[in-house]
Amino acid sequence: MHSSRRSLTSLVLHLHPQSVPASTLRFTLSFGLGGMAATLMGLLFLTGPLLLLLYQPSAEGAYDSVLVLTREVPFGRFARNIHSLSANILAGIVLLHGLRTLFTGAFGPGRRLNWIVGLFLLVLVLAANFTGYLLPWDQLAYWAGTICVNMLGYVPLCGGGLMEFVRGGKEVGPGTLANFFTLHVAILPAVLLVLTAWHFWLVRRAGGLVRSGDGEARLPVKPDLIAREAAAGLTLAACVLLLAIVIDAPLLARANPALSPNPAKAPWYFQGFQEILLHLDPAFAVFVWPVLGAAALVVLPFVPGAALPPGVWFGAKGGWKLAAWSALAGAALAAAVILADEFIPGAASPGAWIMRGLIPTAALAALLGGAYVALTRGGKRSRAQAVMAILTFAFAAMTVCAIVGIWFRGPLMRLTWPFAGGGA
Amino acid sequence: MSKRKNAMTKEPADKTAPDSGRRRFLNRLWALLGLAAAAELCVIGASFLVSRARREDRDKDAAVVIAGTVDQFKPGSVTAIPKGRFFLSRLPDGGFLALSPACTHLGCMVTWDEKQNRFACPCHGSAFSAAGEVLTGPASRPLDYYPTRIENGVVKTDASTALRRSGFEPDQAVRM
Ligand code: FES
Repeated sequence: MHSSRRSLTSLVLHLHPQSVPASTLRFTLSFGLGGMAATLMGLLFLTGPLLLLLYQPSAEGAYDSVLVLTREVPFGRFARNIHSLSANILAGIVLLHGLRTLFTGAFGPGRRLNWIVGLFLLVLVLAANFTGYLLPWDQLAYWAGTICVNMLGYVPLCGGGLMEFVRGGKEVGPGTLANFFTLHVAILPAVLLVLTAWHFWLVRRAGGLVRSGDGEARLPVKPDLIAREAAAGLTLAACVLLLAIVIDAPLLARANPALSPNPAKAPWYFQGFQEILLHLDPAFAVFVWPVLGAAALVVLPFVPGAALPPGVWFGAKGGWKLAAWSALAGAALAAAVILADEFIPGAASPGAWIMRGLIPTAALAALLGGAYVALTRGGKRSRAQAVMAILTFAFAAMTVCAIVGIWFRGPLMRLTWPFAGGGA
Repeated sequence: MSKRKNAMTKEPADKTAPDSGRRRFLNRLWALLGLAAAAELCVIGASFLVSRARREDRDKDAAVVIAGTVDQFKPGSVTAIPKGRFFLSRLPDGGFLALSPACTHLGCMVTWDEKQNRFACPCHGSAFSAAGEVLTGPASRPLDYYPTRIENGVVKTDASTALRRSGFEPDQAVRM
């Protein structure tokens, strides 16, 4: 007994180095976001199997089994709420964790591969979230699934085949549900586990969290780091459990293939994307922009000098001012474009792909390129600062899109004031 | 002792020794077997997926839906036919057009808005005319339609496969 307990603690310790540089223990360096993500994953892996005991992965049985789970099974609703809350918070935390990595320059040499692994983890977390969203097979699930499957149709060349493959049949139905179920409970968790372990190990191999100087005092992991991790993790777990008592995971009416809810909205982490879908030609919104964005993020760490000086927020003492101005500019521009588009008639085909595809793409590229040149040449900023400004700009613009999508779109996705009836 | 030492120094030398050809061959064989196993797994996976699609095909019989008699539908009206999950649009010139309600943008179900005389999609706000043409984006092609015929004054629609089109042509509608 004693020895097995000791081996458990040594497993936990084994994931850590012996000692860590004192400065990396500062909470405001990392805000503990990575550890929080790991905690939430733990909650998900604990509650997932519980739900799996009662869930029936068939188009006929799924909805009823979720009803039984939430109404009749003791603590069933609680377990489902914990799972759903953890997943949603995890999506947010992972996004923030990525921003933190950007702002503290933690993707430079020595951490490049880990940035890529992190991007994959972000995609996996969102995919896991989304596939889970589809499993109850209610109206929310059915229409989100339909929209997602149809999006694949806009991928050039292989779009049609890809769509049929994921749909698993002529229409969204049992085959689609089976695909998403398999992804959600088998493939995604397995890949997530492996990549998470790799992600941790790469942090360790890079010498722990980012920091500005070398050769400073080191503190032993036990107790200094372990105690902090336990404090953050347990507090977060307690918060999730408390919230799960009061916040119910959504469950709409049973899936009805003949009727789309009005408005039909994506989950919050895809709302920014959905807002873009309203304005752009589908091939650009579904394929060109996401591919360009993803390529930029993948290439980023390999551009020399793109990372800020490590371990200092925003690269320098006053660096936050540049970030704040870029965020403001991005938010203002997004809001202005969304409002202006109200008055531009929705161009019907043909030519829509030029008006609502090529021209906006070129305009955005010119704007970002111009901003980069202005910052580095005119403003005498370093490349890293210019990169940070541009990414902050883009993120703020996406955030405004998401906010508009979540709160300011009513029936038929027209602009309205929040809570003006028929809301989310 | 000296013998053992000998053996140990000999070991690494073995890798470049004459019999390394055999070792290389065996390694390649392993790699080949591994690839074969992976290919088998892929084939099995694909056949699982394909069998599912084929089973669904068999379930589907020719789904000819009788929408009603010609005089039930006024010219310039749109009627939902729940049985076949389509809209029967009678154009002002008297032609019949059976329209799929699946929005061509991303597949949500459009609804008929009598007042504005248009189909509206709740997901991203596309709108279509009574003939299915795009009025406002983001949809980029008109609503799909089903082949329809008129026999003895009865409107019959084959609702099994929707036909894509890039624009409205008068001959897509059937007339008496
Ligand atoms: S699905 Fe109809 S507008 Fe997007």
